[in-house]
Amino acid sequence: MPENLFKLNAKEYILPGTRACQGCGLSLGYRYALKALRENTIVTLPACCLCVLHGIYPSTPVMIPCLNNSFASTAASAAGIVAGLQALNKTDTTVMAVAGDGGTFDMGIQALSGAAERGTDFIYLCYDNEGYMNTGTQRSSATPMGAVTTTTPILTKQQHKKDFIKIMDAHDLPYLATVSPSYPIDLYEKFVKAKKIKGTRYIHMYVPCPPGWGFATKDTIKTGKLAVETGVVVLFEIENGKFRFTGRSKTLAERGNRLPVINYLEKQGRFRKMNIEQLNQQQAWVDGKWQEYIRRAEA
Amino acid sequence: MEERKDDNISAMGTVAIGEAGKTGDWRSLRPVIDRKKCIPTVKNKPACFLCWLYCPEGVVKAGIEVEIDLEYCKGCGICAEECPPRAISMIREDKSHE
Repeated sequence: MPENLFKLNAKEYILPGTRACQGCGLSLGYRYALKALRENTIVTLPACCLCVLHGIYPSTPVMIPCLNNSFASTAASAAGIVAGLQALNKTDTTVMAVAGDGGTFDMGIQALSGAAERGTDFIYLCYDNEGYMNTGTQRSSATPMGAVTTTTPILTKQQHKKDFIKIMDAHDLPYLATVSPSYPIDLYEKFVKAKKIKGTRYIHMYVPCPPGWGFATKDTIKTGKLAVETGVVVLFEIENGKFRFTGRSKTLAERGNRLPVINYLEKQGRFRKMNIEQLNQQQAWVDGKWQEYIRRAEA
Repeated sequence: MEERKDDNISAMGTVAIGEAGKTGDWRSLRPVIDRKKCIPTVKNKPACFLCWLYCPEGVVKAGIEVEIDLEYCKGCGICAEECPPRAISMIREDKSHE
């Protein structure tokens, strides 16, 4: 790993002193995403945690041009930017739309689906912190079963997480990948790859959120790694329909030594009210998804 | 602030360090590096740098002597947790510290 580390772009695109929480998984992942995409990039984002990181007018810590827009129109605004750049004949500029899980799974889905169907040439990055963390940890359709949120305080969330990657995969995208900030080099390489591909590229980033998930700020990296070790998060990429495990998930698929999900769940405060029945259901759900991916990889 | 040339753009932020102020004052624990254990210092060549890799704020300066910008370090403790030789320890911020 150290050799790969020196190949990373040394330039930082986010100046220190941002508004993001201590130990934020998003600032880490975003730091590497921008390092990979470099200067010639335009970012468009709705109101979300990233919008908080981007700061309040008249100053911003991010050195990449950025457009703020409304929740439901993230991908639509990206399509507009792409059309504008095409009219100006600036086709080498990368356009990246970034939204949280609420802005993607719940509100942004129609604009994203439309842009993906039209094959708009942009990268869509969904950072999935499994809830509306910016507004105070409300439930979203990305929240996993058994999690306590401020809108499911007593009974915990009863439904499973929406399999959004499958929805995006159904759009037959040229590139789709999952990344985790706990594996920054894997994340960096996938963004470098995505930059070179034309068409709609979808990247799903799982970001551990210390205040929302209820773990100590120092454990952000550990939590992200445990999610991969237990198979809750699977690192892979789908290039023109060809599925490939990457990084740690590849090793896990080869060796078959996945940890039980309890190792991941017990470390987080949000699962404190989960009962044994829900735990078994969660394990079965994760196992089912894992088997699906194994079949995809073998095909 | 300097005058803008394009009057179509009404609200455009300028890049500035410390957008949220000196975020170092959020910190309750301060990272302190033990130079005797820190791998790049011991080996006297660029190596390891996992603290730089995992810092969400990007306040770690990777060099033979790894340095942390305490003006903006929020004190999350990720560097101390991920340091392979455990060279970084988190020490309570004393109110009387200079």
